[in-house]
Amino acid sequence: MTDIVRRHPIMAGAAVLALLILLIASFPVIPETKQAVVVRFGNVERIYQRAGLAWRIPFVENFVWIDKRMLDVDMDRQPVLSTDQRRLEVDAFARYRIVDPLRMYITTRSEDRLRDALRPILGSAVRNELGQVPFAALLSPERRGVMENVRNGLNRVARQYGAEIIDVRIKKAELPDGTPLQSAFERMRTAREQEARSIRAEGAKQAQIIRADADAEAARTYAASFGKDPGFYDFYRAMQSYRTTFLGDGTDKPADSTIILSPQNDYLKAFTAPGQ
Amino acid sequence: MSIFSGLGARARGLFNDTKGPWGPKGPDEEPTEPSRGPWGEGKGRKGASQPPSSTVASLDDFIRKSRARWSPGGGLPGRPNASMLLWGVIGLVALWLLFTSFHIIAPEERGVVTRFGRYVSTLDPGIGFTFPSPIDRVQKLDVENIRTVDLGSQTSEDLMLTGDQNIIDIAYSVRWNVRDPEQYLFEIARPDETIRQVAESAMRAVVSGVSLDDAIGDRRSEIETEVAQRMQRILDSYRAGVRIQGVAIKEADPPQSVNDAFKDVSAAQQDAQRYINAANAYAQQLRQKAQGEAAAFDRIYEQYRLAPEVTRRRMYYETMEEILSKVDKTIVETPGVTPYLPLPEVRKRAQQSQQQGSGQ
Repeated sequence: MTDIVRRHPIMAGAAVLALLILLIASFPVIPETKQAVVVRFGNVERIYQRAGLAWRIPFVENFVWIDKRMLDVDMDRQPVLSTDQRRLEVDAFARYRIVDPLRMYITTRSEDRLRDALRPILGSAVRNELGQVPFAALLSPERRGVMENVRNGLNRVARQYGAEIIDVRIKKAELPDGTPLQSAFERMRTAREQEARSIRAEGAKQAQIIRADADAEAARTYAASFGKDPGFYDFYRAMQSYRTTFLGDGTDKPADSTIILSPQNDYLKAFTAPGQ
Repeated sequence: MSIFSGLGARARGLFNDTKGPWGPKGPDEEPTEPSRGPWGEGKGRKGASQPPSSTVASLDDFIRKSRARWSPGGGLPGRPNASMLLWGVIGLVALWLLFTSFHIIAPEERGVVTRFGRYVSTLDPGIGFTFPSPIDRVQKLDVENIRTVDLGSQTSEDLMLTGDQNIIDIAYSVRWNVRDPEQYLFEIARPDETIRQVAESAMRAVVSGVSLDDAIGDRRSEIETEVAQRMQRILDSYRAGVRIQGVAIKEADPPQSVNDAFKDVSAAQQDAQRYINAANAYAQQLRQKAQGEAAAFDRIYEQYRLAPEVTRRRMYYETMEEILSKVDKTIVETPGVTPYLPLPEVRKRAQQSQQQGSGQ
């Protein structure tokens, strides 16, 4: 043994290397994120679903690695028609795990193809379930358990592919561009205009009430004061009024006036009858 | 067989020298490339299963035979070099064991330990000890770093339907960090994308339950809290190992095309306030005026009461005096003549006198 090694060191080194490679190939490590299907000439021999050391016959058995983590499939934007004939564009995603790698391997071979298989099914499940509710319920499908139905429906199909649907959720629900969106905008705009008007009217109303209150209060103040002697008030106010009429109230000049007096006028009574 | 063991050590030395990634670099490798793991570990494991304390004599013999061709250290022949080589190999192995067995975990990090791929434990900050690299691998993960995901943007419109079927333009961000590193690494294929999708879904669900006024108005903080809670619930059900620190709505506005109508509402509020202010000013003025006039009347009335007749006449004459002294007067003797007076004439005369007055 030692002789052979001494005579052919390169050969010996190569042999050791080959042995190493063989060992490594025989005992692959399965990480936490993966599961593996062992295939021998197309036949599935074993399945590894737990992380750790595994074994295989090198060059004969092949490991097909399958993701063990939660995966997601995104649905293309789908138009959905509610029962009251209104359209909504919906974006959804589903989360799934490959729980049966054997079935998954047999039916689709690869994760990408599984995703491609699930995508249209997700789309039609979402469309079907959401098409059975009125528009108002479309906006929050979680409340009515609609998403639960989608999940169950999708899960039935996904099981055939060895996958388990964990969750289906609506990511976006939007009005389609064009008329529906524009009419929604129009409705919002008119609603705001209405609000603006009513706010202005409310303000005007309050202003009017404030003025009326002030008027009433002023009237009360006047009445309380002037009511003490209506006769004197009449005279007093008449005097004020004459002044304002003929002389102006101090801010602008009154119109020219000419007064024609009769000698019988009270003011001139002393003219005619002195001492009376 | 003893030669083989020596060879093993030598081969490992070779790997350590020339093929770094298989050796001590193992634990620091990117966690995103788990597929590389098995191979790297496999090769290393073989090496490590051999004790490094190989028989010196047989190795010396071997090296003497194989000469410089096999030497990784630059091909210096001779005994002292062979011995140095051996010590070098031993040193390298020791270093490698040291580096792959002891792990310094920074305060913000956690180290997830996997043994032959299977999760064993999580190392807390400090120095952690594991089996050397091929057996145990440590993935360090920053758990304290709070990451931010931005959704929607302030420049483009990201429209969302509210519960009353109105539309708002919304932009928000989600802050999160890793709570359970092992769940974060092993349970979710695309954690960042998952968080983004869950955030969108949760925000849509919450916004579709509130009215437009609530969404753009004062219930924003409630919405933020609700979205954060909802996200946490969903992510927990995914076992994502993520903690949502908070959701911040950066913008929740009506869409651009209806914004003018919304601005008009606030303009209307200003207008209404303006009306009320004007009315208040008027009211204030009127009240003061009434009080002033009433007070003036009261003062005079008090004096009037003391001598009513005299006061009345005095006021009458004073007023008349003042008025008649400033206006044109015509005194007509005969009663009944008034209708025949040439009033335009009188008016003209008055104008003339005025012009003369202004001319002088």
